[in-house]
Amino acid sequence: MSAGTDPAWRLTRSAVLRDAVGVSIATGAYGISFGAISLAGGLDVWQIMALSLLMFTGGSQFGLVGVVAGGGAPLAGAATAIMLGARNALYGLRLAELLALRGWRRFAAAQLIIDESTAMSIGRDSPRAARWGFYSTGLGVFALWNLGTLIGVVGAAWLADPRALGLDAAAPAAFLALLAPRLRGREAWAIALAAALVALVAVPFVPVGFPVLIAALVGIVAGFLPGRTGPGPATGVDEVVEQIDPPTDGRP
Amino acid sequence: MTLWIGVLVGCLGCYLLKLAGVSVPESVLQRPRVHRISALLPIVLLAALVAVQTFSTGSGLVLDARAAGLAVAGVAVWRRAPFLVVVGLAALTTALVRLALPGS
Repeated sequence: MSAGTDPAWRLTRSAVLRDAVGVSIATGAYGISFGAISLAGGLDVWQIMALSLLMFTGGSQFGLVGVVAGGGAPLAGAATAIMLGARNALYGLRLAELLALRGWRRFAAAQLIIDESTAMSIGRDSPRAARWGFYSTGLGVFALWNLGTLIGVVGAAWLADPRALGLDAAAPAAFLALLAPRLRGREAWAIALAAALVALVAVPFVPVGFPVLIAALVGIVAGFLPGRTGPGPATGVDEVVEQIDPPTDGRP
Repeated sequence: MTLWIGVLVGCLGCYLLKLAGVSVPESVLQRPRVHRISALLPIVLLAALVAVQTFSTGSGLVLDARAAGLAVAGVAVWRRAPFLVVVGLAALTTALVRLALPGS
Protein backbone atom coordinates (compact mmCIF):
# COMPACT_ATOMS: atom_id res chain seq x y z
CA MET A 1 0.00 0.00 0.00
CA SER A 2 1.86 3.08 -1.15
CA ALA A 3 1.30 6.42 0.41
CA GLY A 4 -0.12 8.91 -2.07
CA THR A 5 -1.87 6.65 -4.55
CA ASP A 6 -4.27 4.62 -2.45
CA PRO A 7 -7.70 6.04 -3.36
CA ALA A 8 -9.33 4.97 -0.08
CA TRP A 9 -6.64 6.82 1.85
CA ARG A 10 -7.04 9.91 -0.30
CA LEU A 11 -10.75 9.96 0.50
CA THR A 12 -10.05 9.56 4.20
CA ARG A 13 -7.42 12.26 4.09
CA SER A 14 -9.68 14.80 2.43
CA ALA A 15 -12.42 14.03 4.96
CA VAL A 16 -9.93 14.56 7.80
CA LEU A 17 -8.74 17.85 6.30
CA ARG A 18 -12.31 19.06 5.74
CA ASP A 19 -13.09 18.43 9.40
CA ALA A 20 -9.94 20.27 10.40
CA VAL A 21 -10.88 23.35 8.35
CA GLY A 22 -14.39 23.43 9.82
CA VAL A 23 -13.18 23.10 13.39
CA SER A 24 -10.45 25.69 12.84
CA ILE A 25 -12.87 28.29 11.47
CA ALA A 26 -15.32 27.74 14.33
CA THR A 27 -12.53 28.01 16.89
CA GLY A 28 -11.11 31.10 15.21
CA ALA A 29 -14.49 32.81 15.59
CA TYR A 30 -14.38 31.90 19.26
CA GLY A 31 -10.89 33.43 19.42
CA ILE A 32 -12.47 36.76 18.44
CA SER A 33 -14.54 36.72 21.61
CA PHE A 34 -11.47 35.75 23.64
CA GLY A 35 -9.59 38.79 22.31
CA ALA A 36 -12.49 41.16 22.97
CA ILE A 37 -13.24 39.82 26.46
CA SER A 38 -9.57 39.90 27.46
CA LEU A 39 -9.13 43.51 26.42
CA ALA A 40 -12.27 44.43 28.37
CA GLY A 41 -10.75 42.51 31.29
CA GLY A 42 -7.75 44.80 31.45
CA LEU A 43 -4.98 42.84 29.69
CA ASP A 44 -2.92 44.55 27.01
CA VAL A 45 -2.57 43.33 23.46
CA TRP A 46 0.84 41.69 24.08
CA GLN A 47 -0.38 39.79 27.12
CA ILE A 48 -3.44 38.61 25.24
CA MET A 49 -1.38 37.46 22.26
CA ALA A 50 1.12 35.76 24.59
CA LEU A 51 -1.76 33.75 26.03
CA SER A 52 -3.07 32.66 22.64
CA LEU A 53 0.40 31.83 21.28
CA LEU A 54 2.02 30.30 24.36
CA MET A 55 -0.81 28.98 26.53
CA PHE A 56 -2.96 27.97 23.56
CA THR A 57 -5.75 26.20 25.40
CA GLY A 58 -8.98 28.16 25.36
CA GLY A 59 -10.56 27.22 28.69
CA SER A 60 -7.37 28.05 30.59
CA GLN A 61 -6.97 31.36 28.79
CA PHE A 62 -10.52 32.39 29.63
CA GLY A 63 -9.93 31.20 33.20
CA LEU A 64 -6.86 33.37 33.72
CA VAL A 65 -8.52 36.40 32.16
CA GLY A 66 -11.66 35.83 34.24
CA VAL A 67 -9.77 35.87 37.53
CA VAL A 68 -7.59 38.85 36.58
CA ALA A 69 -10.54 40.83 35.19
CA GLY A 70 -12.32 40.55 38.53
CA GLY A 71 -9.28 42.10 40.22
CA GLY A 72 -7.75 38.80 41.31
CA ALA A 73 -4.06 38.12 41.84
CA PRO A 74 -2.34 37.19 38.56
CA LEU A 75 -0.86 34.08 40.16
CA ALA A 76 -4.34 32.95 41.27
CA GLY A 77 -5.31 33.40 37.62
CA ALA A 78 -2.32 31.31 36.57
CA ALA A 79 -3.25 28.57 39.05
CA THR A 80 -6.82 28.50 37.72
CA ALA A 81 -5.50 28.27 34.15
CA ILE A 82 -3.12 25.45 35.02
CA MET A 83 -5.84 23.41 36.72
CA LEU A 84 -8.15 23.93 33.78
CA GLY A 85 -5.34 22.69 31.52
CA ALA A 86 -4.78 19.48 33.47
CA ARG A 87 -6.94 17.55 31.03
CA ASN A 88 -4.41 18.21 28.27
CA ALA A 89 -1.98 15.93 30.12
CA LEU A 90 -4.50 13.10 29.84
CA TYR A 91 -4.99 13.83 26.17
CA GLY A 92 -1.22 13.61 25.76
CA LEU A 93 -1.20 10.15 27.28
CA ARG A 94 -3.61 8.92 24.63
CA LEU A 95 -1.84 10.75 21.84
CA ALA A 96 1.74 9.77 22.66
CA GLU A 97 1.37 6.28 21.32
CA LEU A 98 -0.89 7.28 18.45
CA LEU A 99 1.47 9.95 17.15
CA ALA A 100 4.69 8.00 17.82
CA LEU A 101 6.44 11.16 19.00
CA ARG A 102 10.22 11.11 19.26
CA GLY A 103 12.96 13.64 19.92
CA TRP A 104 12.31 17.34 19.33
CA ARG A 105 8.98 16.70 17.66
CA ARG A 106 7.55 15.81 21.01
CA PHE A 107 8.21 19.36 22.27
CA ALA A 108 6.54 20.94 19.25
CA ALA A 109 3.59 18.55 19.04
CA ALA A 110 2.87 18.98 22.77
CA GLN A 111 1.88 22.61 22.22
CA LEU A 112 -0.83 21.51 19.76
CA ILE A 113 -2.55 19.25 22.31
CA ILE A 114 -5.98 20.80 22.93
CA ASP A 115 -9.59 19.60 23.02
CA GLU A 116 -10.10 20.00 19.27
CA SER A 117 -6.92 18.34 17.99
CA THR A 118 -7.43 15.42 20.38
CA ALA A 119 -11.06 14.95 19.41
CA MET A 120 -10.14 15.01 15.71
CA SER A 121 -7.43 12.43 16.30
CA ILE A 122 -8.47 9.73 18.74
CA GLY A 123 -11.70 8.85 16.94
CA ARG A 124 -10.01 7.90 13.64
CA ASP A 125 -9.87 4.41 12.20
CA SER A 126 -6.15 4.24 11.53
CA PRO A 127 -3.06 5.69 13.24
CA ARG A 128 -2.22 7.48 10.02
CA ALA A 129 -5.61 9.22 9.87
CA ALA A 130 -5.20 10.00 13.57
CA ARG A 131 -1.87 11.73 12.89
CA TRP A 132 -3.32 13.74 10.03
CA GLY A 133 -6.31 14.67 12.17
CA PHE A 134 -4.07 15.82 15.01
CA TYR A 135 -1.64 17.92 13.00
CA SER A 136 -4.12 19.44 10.54
CA THR A 137 -6.56 20.40 13.30
CA GLY A 138 -3.83 21.48 15.71
CA LEU A 139 -2.04 23.72 13.20
CA GLY A 140 -5.29 25.05 11.68
CA VAL A 141 -6.75 25.95 15.06
CA PHE A 142 -3.42 27.47 16.17
CA ALA A 143 -3.37 29.77 13.14
CA LEU A 144 -7.01 30.85 13.25
CA TRP A 145 -7.25 31.03 17.05
CA ASN A 146 -4.39 33.52 17.10
CA LEU A 147 -5.75 35.44 14.12
CA GLY A 148 -9.19 35.53 15.77
CA THR A 149 -7.67 36.76 19.03
CA LEU A 150 -5.94 39.62 17.24
CA ILE A 151 -9.11 40.57 15.38
CA GLY A 152 -11.03 40.55 18.67
CA VAL A 153 -8.46 42.77 20.39
CA VAL A 154 -8.34 45.26 17.53
CA GLY A 155 -12.14 45.26 17.24
CA ALA A 156 -12.71 45.74 20.96
CA ALA A 157 -10.11 48.51 21.15
CA TRP A 158 -12.60 50.67 19.23
CA LEU A 159 -15.26 50.23 21.88
CA ALA A 160 -15.51 52.94 24.50
CA ASP A 161 -17.15 51.32 27.54
CA PRO A 162 -17.17 47.51 27.70
CA ARG A 163 -19.73 47.50 30.53
CA ALA A 164 -22.25 49.53 28.52
CA LEU A 165 -22.03 46.83 25.88
CA GLY A 166 -22.51 44.06 28.43
CA LEU A 167 -19.08 42.60 27.72
CA ASP A 168 -18.63 41.77 31.43
CA ALA A 169 -21.44 39.23 31.01
CA ALA A 170 -19.80 37.74 27.93
CA ALA A 171 -17.13 35.92 29.95
CA PRO A 172 -19.48 34.00 32.27
CA ALA A 173 -21.63 33.17 29.24
CA ALA A 174 -18.52 31.78 27.55
CA PHE A 175 -17.78 29.65 30.62
CA LEU A 176 -21.35 28.40 30.63
CA ALA A 177 -21.03 27.36 26.98
CA LEU A 178 -17.80 25.50 27.81
CA LEU A 179 -19.39 23.86 30.86
CA ALA A 180 -22.66 22.74 29.27
CA PRO A 181 -21.35 19.78 27.24
CA ARG A 182 -19.78 18.37 30.42
CA LEU A 183 -23.04 18.51 32.37
CA ARG A 184 -24.33 15.10 31.47
CA GLY A 185 -25.97 13.22 34.29
CA ARG A 186 -27.27 14.25 37.68
CA GLU A 187 -23.90 13.84 39.40
CA ALA A 188 -22.21 16.33 37.10
CA TRP A 189 -24.96 18.86 37.80
CA ALA A 190 -24.68 18.31 41.54
CA ILE A 191 -20.91 18.73 41.50
CA ALA A 192 -21.16 21.87 39.36
CA LEU A 193 -23.81 23.43 41.61
CA ALA A 194 -21.83 22.57 44.73
CA ALA A 195 -18.74 24.21 43.24
CA ALA A 196 -20.69 27.33 42.27
CA LEU A 197 -22.14 27.61 45.78
CA VAL A 198 -18.82 27.08 47.51
CA ALA A 199 -17.24 29.77 45.34
CA LEU A 200 -20.01 32.29 46.06
CA VAL A 201 -19.94 31.62 49.79
CA ALA A 202 -16.18 32.22 49.75
CA VAL A 203 -16.40 35.53 47.86
CA PRO A 204 -16.76 37.89 50.87
CA PHE A 205 -14.07 36.14 52.91
CA VAL A 206 -11.05 35.52 50.67
CA PRO A 207 -9.10 37.62 48.14
CA VAL A 208 -10.45 37.90 44.61
CA GLY A 209 -9.48 34.89 42.51
CA PHE A 210 -9.37 32.46 45.41
CA PRO A 211 -13.08 31.47 45.49
CA VAL A 212 -12.50 29.63 42.22
CA LEU A 213 -9.48 27.81 43.61
CA ILE A 214 -11.43 26.85 46.73
CA ALA A 215 -14.17 25.48 44.50
CA ALA A 216 -11.53 23.24 42.90
CA LEU A 217 -11.45 21.37 46.21
CA VAL A 218 -15.01 20.22 45.49
CA GLY A 219 -13.70 18.42 42.43
CA ILE A 220 -10.83 16.88 44.34
CA VAL A 221 -13.12 15.72 47.15
CA ALA A 222 -15.62 14.32 44.65
CA GLY A 223 -12.77 12.52 42.92
CA PHE A 224 -11.88 10.77 46.15
CA LEU A 225 -15.44 9.79 47.09
CA PRO A 226 -15.78 6.49 45.20
CA GLY A 227 -12.51 5.22 46.70
CA ARG A 228 -14.08 5.35 50.14
CA THR A 229 -16.98 3.11 49.20
CA GLY A 230 -14.62 0.52 47.77
CA PRO A 231 -15.02 -1.41 44.53
CA GLY A 232 -18.51 -1.84 43.19
CA PRO A 233 -20.70 -0.98 40.25
CA ALA A 234 -19.72 2.23 38.50
CA THR A 235 -22.03 4.87 39.85
CA GLY A 236 -22.01 8.54 40.58
CA VAL A 237 -18.73 10.21 39.88
CA ASP A 238 -17.44 7.29 37.84
CA GLU A 239 -20.33 7.66 35.47
CA VAL A 240 -19.67 11.34 35.11
CA VAL A 241 -16.05 10.71 34.27
CA GLU A 242 -16.95 8.01 31.76
CA GLN A 243 -19.32 10.39 30.04
CA ILE A 244 -16.90 13.27 29.94
CA ASP A 245 -13.90 11.25 29.08
CA PRO A 246 -14.87 7.89 27.65
CA PRO A 247 -12.11 5.28 27.55
CA THR A 248 -10.67 4.51 24.12
CA ASP A 249 -10.90 0.74 24.75
CA GLY A 250 -7.25 0.30 23.92
CA ARG A 251 -7.54 1.09 20.27
CA PRO A 252 -4.37 2.43 18.68
CA MET B 1 4.41 43.67 35.66
CA THR B 2 2.89 41.15 38.09
CA LEU B 3 0.22 40.56 35.45
CA TRP B 4 2.97 39.50 33.06
CA ILE B 5 4.31 37.08 35.67
CA GLY B 6 0.84 35.53 36.01
CA VAL B 7 0.51 35.26 32.23
CA LEU B 8 3.92 33.63 31.78
CA VAL B 9 3.62 31.28 34.77
CA GLY B 10 0.21 30.20 33.46
CA CYS B 11 1.62 29.64 29.96
CA LEU B 12 4.57 27.65 31.27
CA GLY B 13 2.38 25.52 33.53
CA CYS B 14 -0.07 24.73 30.76
CA TYR B 15 2.74 23.81 28.37
CA LEU B 16 4.43 21.57 30.92
CA LEU B 17 1.14 19.73 31.47
CA LYS B 18 0.83 19.11 27.74
CA LEU B 19 4.43 17.94 27.60
CA ALA B 20 3.99 15.73 30.66
CA GLY B 21 1.18 13.86 28.95
CA VAL B 22 3.37 12.78 26.06
CA SER B 23 6.44 12.24 28.23
CA VAL B 24 5.62 10.49 31.49
CA PRO B 25 5.09 6.77 31.81
CA GLU B 26 1.44 5.94 31.36
CA SER B 27 1.10 4.41 34.81
CA VAL B 28 1.45 7.78 36.56
CA LEU B 29 -1.43 9.62 34.97
CA GLN B 30 -3.48 6.54 34.28
CA ARG B 31 -4.24 5.98 37.95
CA PRO B 32 -8.03 6.05 38.24
CA ARG B 33 -8.04 8.76 40.90
CA VAL B 34 -5.82 11.14 38.96
CA HIS B 35 -7.92 10.48 35.91
CA ARG B 36 -11.15 11.13 37.75
CA ILE B 37 -10.01 14.35 39.38
CA SER B 38 -8.64 15.83 36.19
CA ALA B 39 -11.95 15.10 34.47
CA LEU B 40 -13.87 16.75 37.29
CA LEU B 41 -11.68 19.85 37.59
CA PRO B 42 -13.04 21.55 34.46
CA ILE B 43 -16.60 21.09 35.75
CA VAL B 44 -15.98 22.63 39.16
CA LEU B 45 -13.73 25.41 37.91
CA LEU B 46 -16.05 26.47 35.11
CA ALA B 47 -19.11 26.33 37.36
CA ALA B 48 -17.30 28.44 39.97
CA LEU B 49 -16.19 30.95 37.34
CA VAL B 50 -19.73 31.29 36.00
CA ALA B 51 -21.07 31.94 39.51
CA VAL B 52 -18.33 34.31 40.65
CA GLN B 53 -18.26 36.38 37.48
CA THR B 54 -22.02 36.74 37.37
CA PHE B 55 -22.87 37.31 41.01
CA SER B 56 -19.89 39.13 42.50
CA THR B 57 -17.92 42.33 42.16
CA GLY B 58 -14.64 42.37 44.02
CA SER B 59 -15.40 40.97 47.46
CA GLY B 60 -19.16 41.55 47.41
CA LEU B 61 -22.04 39.45 46.17
CA VAL B 62 -24.29 41.37 43.79
CA LEU B 63 -27.33 40.75 41.64
CA ASP B 64 -27.20 43.00 38.61
CA ALA B 65 -27.77 43.04 34.85
CA ARG B 66 -25.24 40.24 34.32
CA ALA B 67 -27.69 37.76 35.86
CA ALA B 68 -30.18 38.53 33.08
CA GLY B 69 -27.41 38.05 30.52
CA LEU B 70 -26.47 34.71 32.03
CA ALA B 71 -30.11 33.55 32.10
CA VAL B 72 -30.45 34.27 28.39
CA ALA B 73 -27.11 32.55 27.76
CA GLY B 74 -28.44 29.52 29.64
CA VAL B 75 -31.45 29.32 27.36
CA ALA B 76 -29.22 29.73 24.31
CA VAL B 77 -26.92 26.93 25.49
CA TRP B 78 -29.91 24.73 26.18
CA ARG B 79 -31.19 25.42 22.64
CA ARG B 80 -27.72 24.42 21.38
CA ALA B 81 -26.94 27.82 19.94
CA PRO B 82 -23.39 28.31 18.59
CA PHE B 83 -20.76 29.68 20.98
CA LEU B 84 -20.68 33.18 19.52
CA VAL B 85 -24.47 33.45 19.65
CA VAL B 86 -24.44 32.48 23.34
CA VAL B 87 -21.78 35.06 24.16
CA GLY B 88 -23.37 37.75 21.98
CA LEU B 89 -26.85 37.28 23.44
CA ALA B 90 -25.49 37.49 26.99
CA ALA B 91 -23.73 40.78 26.22
CA LEU B 92 -26.72 42.21 24.36
CA THR B 93 -29.17 41.30 27.13
CA THR B 94 -26.92 42.77 29.80
CA ALA B 95 -26.47 45.97 27.80
CA LEU B 96 -30.22 46.33 27.26
CA VAL B 97 -31.02 45.76 30.94
CA ARG B 98 -28.44 48.41 31.89
CA LEU B 99 -30.03 50.79 29.40
CA ALA B 100 -33.47 50.19 30.95
CA LEU B 101 -32.24 50.18 34.56
CA PRO B 102 -29.23 52.49 34.86
CA GLY B 103 -26.85 51.43 37.61
CA SER B 104 -27.65 47.73 37.35
